Amino acid sequence: MKQDHYYHSIRIDKDKCDGRMKCMRICPTQAIRIRDGKAHIIEEKCIDCGECITVCPNQAIVPLTDPFGELTKFKHTVALPSPALYAQFGREILPRKILSGLKMLGFDDAFDLAQTCGEVSFAIQEYLREYSGPKPLISNACPVVVRLIQVKYPSLIDLVIPIDPPRELAGRELKKKKSKHLGLKEKEIGAFYLTPCPVKMISIRQPAEKGRSSLDGAISISDIYGPLLSAMEGVEKGSYREALESICILGIGWAMVGGICRTLRLRNSLAVSGLNEIIKVFDDIERGKLRNIDFIEAYSCHQGCVGGSLTVENLYISYNKILKLIETLEFEQIKACPDIREVRRLYKQDHFFIKGKLEPRPLKPLSEDLGEAIKKRKQKEDIYNSLPKIDCGACGSPTCLTFAEDVVMGDADITDCIFNLPRRFKKISQEFAKLIEKSSYLNPSQPPGKKTTQKKEGPK
Amino acid sequence: MSDENGFSQTFEITGRDFGKAGTVSTKIKEILQEIGIDQGIIRRAAIAIYEAEMNVVMYANRGTLTLRITPDEVNFTVQDEGQGITDIEMAMQEGYSTATDEMREMGFGAGMGLPNIKKNVDKLGIASIPGKGTILELTFYLNEAK
Repeated sequence: MKQDHYYHSIRIDKDKCDGRMKCMRICPTQAIRIRDGKAHIIEEKCIDCGECITVCPNQAIVPLTDPFGELTKFKHTVALPSPALYAQFGREILPRKILSGLKMLGFDDAFDLAQTCGEVSFAIQEYLREYSGPKPLISNACPVVVRLIQVKYPSLIDLVIPIDPPRELAGRELKKKKSKHLGLKEKEIGAFYLTPCPVKMISIRQPAEKGRSSLDGAISISDIYGPLLSAMEGVEKGSYREALESICILGIGWAMVGGICRTLRLRNSLAVSGLNEIIKVFDDIERGKLRNIDFIEAYSCHQGCVGGSLTVENLYISYNKILKLIETLEFEQIKACPDIREVRRLYKQDHFFIKGKLEPRPLKPLSEDLGEAIKKRKQKEDIYNSLPKIDCGACGSPTCLTFAEDVVMGDADITDCIFNLPRRFKKISQEFAKLIEKSSYLNPSQPPGKKTTQKKEGPK
Repeated sequence: MSDENGFSQTFEITGRDFGKAGTVSTKIKEILQEIGIDQGIIRRAAIAIYEAEMNVVMYANRGTLTLRITPDEVNFTVQDEGQGITDIEMAMQEGYSTATDEMREMGFGAGMGLPNIKKNVDKLGIASIPGKGTILELTFYLNEAK
């Protein structure tokens, strides 16, 4: 575990970064430092939430997603759009048209991931029904939430539902089916997830559970939005009603926070979005509150995946589109959902469960040796108490407390704090003052030549 | 404020300030994580100190929580100026509570506070003078598995 290298979906463009600290201040896990005027990410602390991408005034923080060109590496390509893609276009554009548009863009096929989401919703329902351990259980739909738990809430790790996220499950199943159908090897089929956020890219390159992803890449919704919009102009206008009837109500709910709880009609559940809100809820769980809640649906982006940093539409508008669509489907009593008996049968065969085990990834303690760690924590507190505690960030660390830790760990020097700089000047200037006292300026009886040599000896 | 070979820190708890209730427990959890205390102990400590903190918030005017960590144990002393506990034996029983309706309304006062603390610590000491206040001492041993 220790020498592990963590991939991240975020890269800092050093040429564009001018060290304005906005990223450092917003980072919820205090993973960013400014050193020599440029932002640096501390790998083990980063949970890929993407807050820094949104806030950077210079677009110097770039998400690493796959370029469109990757498609040519495969004999057969399939697009698996996050249901959040369906929320990006006007109300009259339904999933069916969007999927056709994707095929016109050059994908050999476009798969309605909402169907798999629906299956997974049912699987979650099964899991909740059979489960009798400590509560509440936590959804693993959002990879940032999973990473947050690994890094900051390791004691909650057993509450994370061990069911494969729909994108992984769909990729796996599609490849199996398609390879049979088309007579291709599984590796000749490229499954591309269309992602609303950069973290899904990482969950593909390095799944939290350490297994291998069944997907071959992630393409940002914002990259595909323009071309897709033009491509859809060529799609024949089909029947609205038919298109509506093909929507899985359980599945499209995955695009927004609360969608799973609502479409499954879970009575004892909470839906939370926004990292700071999630942190409050997780703190409560750790304190032993919320034991009477069965299920928590948590998304790091506000309003859920529709609020991802790689989406295009205003998140409240896209949230509303999904919500209205769910209401319409409820009202029209359209239930284009997977067969629950089939889901139950597969569930019993362990079809839905994640292969790898989710392990905690707690931050390294101040020292591996307990006595040493205690000593260092004491030093940290002493340094912290000597600081102004205004969290100005000028030292390049986000708070005075993190700065104190950086000093203890040798990553920063106490005089990097501008409040300590004058203190150092004061000491030096006092020494100078003493020197001047002794010097020939005020004491003409001494021979003049001595002044310079004394001055040199002085400060140290 | 610090011991010879240990780390110690005292936190103030304000009585009846429900808005800030729980912040001390959160800070302590972070300190324990930084020092690298075993996750299982952190889990138990988080629950126990939160209960202890809430007891001060609910029943006292003010209090302090002092954390001490040595290579052998983690120890918390929670001291408050409050109504005290008249019958400690009763208070240790599950379901026994002197909480007001308002407290219950907020989801507290189920009579699980002290029993829950007892369940999660390795050693618990209580001393109380009715009308004056209560001292709790919570200890977790670091070198033996519970």
